[in-house]
This record gives sequence, structure tokens and C-alpha cells, in this order.
Amino acid sequence: MMTSAVNHYFRSSIGRKHLVAITGLLLCGFLLGHLTGNLLLIAGPDAFNLYAHKLMSLGPVLYLIEAALTAVFVIHLGLAIKLNLENKKAKGKYQMKKCTGRGTTFMSATMPYTGIVLLIFIILHLMNLKFGTNYPTTVDGVEMRDLYRTTMEYFQNPVNVLWYVFSMICAGLHTAHGFASAFQSLGANHPKYYPKIKLISYLYAIVIGGGFSFLSVWAYMKGV
Amino acid sequence: MSSAQNMTLNLKIWRQNNNSSEGKLVDYRVENVSPDMSFLEMIDVLNNQLVRKGEDPVAFDHDCREGICGMCSMMINGKAHGGYKNTTTCQVHMRLYKDGDTIVIEPFRAAAFPVVKDLAVDRSAIDKVMAAGGYISANTGNAPDANSILIPKPVAEEAMDAAACIGCGACVASCPNGSGMLFMGAKVSQLALLPQGSVESPKRALNMVYTHDNLGFGNCTTHAECEATCPKGISIEHIARMNREYLKAAFTYHEKKRSEGAG
Repeated sequence: MMTSAVNHYFRSSIGRKHLVAITGLLLCGFLLGHLTGNLLLIAGPDAFNLYAHKLMSLGPVLYLIEAALTAVFVIHLGLAIKLNLENKKAKGKYQMKKCTGRGTTFMSATMPYTGIVLLIFIILHLMNLKFGTNYPTTVDGVEMRDLYRTTMEYFQNPVNVLWYVFSMICAGLHTAHGFASAFQSLGANHPKYYPKIKLISYLYAIVIGGGFSFLSVWAYMKGV
Repeated sequence: MSSAQNMTLNLKIWRQNNNSSEGKLVDYRVENVSPDMSFLEMIDVLNNQLVRKGEDPVAFDHDCREGICGMCSMMINGKAHGGYKNTTTCQVHMRLYKDGDTIVIEPFRAAAFPVVKDLAVDRSAIDKVMAAGGYISANTGNAPDANSILIPKPVAEEAMDAAACIGCGACVASCPNGSGMLFMGAKVSQLALLPQGSVESPKRALNMVYTHDNLGFGNCTTHAECEATCPKGISIEHIARMNREYLKAAFTYHEKKRSEGAG
């Protein structure tokens, strides 16, 4: 077993937790970038469409980034499900009360559920927006997709807004535990800085959950 | 001397003949429980009553009864060792309960801890993980000079915090994932901090984690429920140190085969 230490690493409890942690942090980074880009909605249709067009015109580079992002997501999801099923088995027949408030919190106890909500959300999100209605528009003489209109129209339906806000609350709950937990999994826990990581984790969760939710409500209030 | 009145308690105790049989909670009533009794003494009183009636006494683990051996277990009202800060079951005293209270007593629950009978569970999985690397190799002979290897005070303190683990398994029982990361982390961390233990640290981390995973313990998801119930107050910082040791070992440790090298 010694000679295959690296091999075993990727099958071990700690090694796989490291992978969940790293992919989780990468997804956290993506979310922050996504939110920053979305804030351009407020700047108006042209700014938002130009930004989207710039991303789309990256061509093969964009596909590469998208493929990497998908891989990161699939690894995170696949391992998390696998680890969770193992954990259920390790607890045996008598499942205990999950959310005690002493160690486990509502956020940590609901990680699998908020994760599943986010999976469904991402599928619907891609279908409705990225692969949603394709309106053409022209900005500064360049023809491009009017993603602004697709987005604003989507948020005119209050059901869509509610689902979006619910999903973003789940994203906040998921990252509030996940962000700090990733550092612990990777071995970065020290009394000097771990409380700060925890604080950043909560702030991050509020920014992500609140930021995206705000934008959806803003779009609904603004109208087409 | 007791100044308080003796109590009458209603107990719901998990009775299970062996690991393959089905268990259930059975109601008992114990009278004349002194508030000065320990929790285990209260069960002794119950067992005396049961024996006198010709019934099967409740099997439970206990040994030193002074909070140091790690033998007593039990989930008291759903919490390992009753959930009192830095307290083992034997150090829980009946003054913490009121006359007429109902107390639910169950065994430590985890797939890695099969029930032997009633409240007694087989925790030898912990010993197996320890045997895989929770030790140092030292030459026997005369006792070495105590101060030949100097250890900075803060390091020694931290190692001692981890060394406080009594291997009771409360971390595994209270973990929603049935993971043994805290007791394993405490041992890996304690020895990695000290010069005597750091020599074998990579091999220890690899072997212990490997054994832990194969024994049916779960994976850590950082609930920190273990830290909250550990009777010795061991922090999950030690899990983090183990994670570091393991990462380092997995990517750098290389054991030379006999055919390699000089000799």
C-alpha cells in the first residue's frame, strides 16, 4: 500500500475531502465572478450585452473554461454524493438528530439538500437563460445576443423570482458552511486565523445569497 | 453529605441481546436515587433491583469511574456522555437531574461500533486504528535522559491537549457521519508535534487513515459535533493537522524497497 500512497489518496476519506474542498472553493470563486458580471445588469442593456458578448467571443477559450467548470462541478457533486452515502452507512441503522446546534448547525446539517437544490437550479438556470430565447440586438454597430432582454423577461414571472431567491438562499446556506469547512479539510485551521475564515465564510454567503437575490428582485421591480 | 432529597427517575434503556437481534427501548423506574450518586451508580442501583427480581441486568461498559479510562460510553438523552462539558458518563452526577425526570439511555451508535449487548458496544475498531500507527518506535533499555530533547512549551502544551484523548469513542458516536477523525486526528497530531513522533509521522498518517477508512468509519464534513461532545475537550484543529500530515505524506512519502540503496 505504501508504494501506491498517491493512488490511495484519491480513494481515501481525507483525499476525497480535499478534492471536494478544492472544487468547492473554485466554484465559490466562479460564483463571485458571476455575481460581479451580473451587476452590469444595473448599468443597463448595452453594458450587460457587451460583457456577455465579450465572453462569448472568446470562442475556443470559453469552451475550455466551460469544460473545466463542468469538470469541477461534476467532481464536487459526484464525490459529495459518494461521501454522503458512505456517511449514512457509517452511522448505521439508527440515524441521529442532525441539527443539534452544539456542533452541527442548520447549515452543516442541510448540505446535501441545499446541494441538490443547487443542482436542479443550475440545470434550469442554464435551460432558461444560457440556452433561453435568443433575441438579436445591435450595440455600437455590432450584432450580438440580447441576453439582457432574456434575463429581464425571465424575471417578470414572480414564480421564477421566488424560485431564484429560494435557490440563492440555499447557495448562501451551502457556502456559509462549505467555504470555512473547505479550509478545515485542507488543514488550514489555527486559532489565529480560523475565526476570521469563518467570518469571511458568513460574509461571502451573505454577499452571494443576498447579491443574486437582490438582482432578481430588482429585475422584477424594474420590468421590461 | 447529601442535603437534597432522593429522587425517583423514569428510565428508557436500550435493551438488545446481541448484535444480530433487534433492540428496543424498555421503561424502568428507579427509586431512592441520591443526587450524590454518579450516573453509573444509578444504573448499579437499577441492576440490583433487576437482579433481585430475577431479571436480566442492563449490560454497560465501565472501568475506572474517575473519568480517565475511556471505558464508559452511553448516549444520555441523545448526547454522548450526557453532553456535559468535558465530562465522561461516570463523572455525570444525578444532581444534574430532577425528581421525576425521564432519561433516555442508548448505546454509542455507529456502524464501526457493533452492539455487544444492551449499552455495551465493541469499540475495538479504535484499537485497530491505533495499532496501525498510534505509537512511536523506541529502543528499550535504560530510561533516556528526560531533557535530552528539548520541546518548546507551547508545542508541548498543544501535544498534551491532543494526548488527553482517552479513546472513548464519543466523537464517533456523536458524529452524524460516524467518523473517527477526532480520535485519529488527536493521535496523529500529538505525535507529529513531538520530535519523538515526527520521525514516523508520514507513515503513521498513511497507515492510520487507511485503516480508519477500511473499518467502516464515515468521512468528516466538519460538523464539529465531536469537538462539542469530547469529554477531553479536544479541538478539531487536530483534525486539520492530521489532514496536513496526510496530504504531505501521500505526495512525498516513499519507502525504499530492500533492493534499493546501499547495504
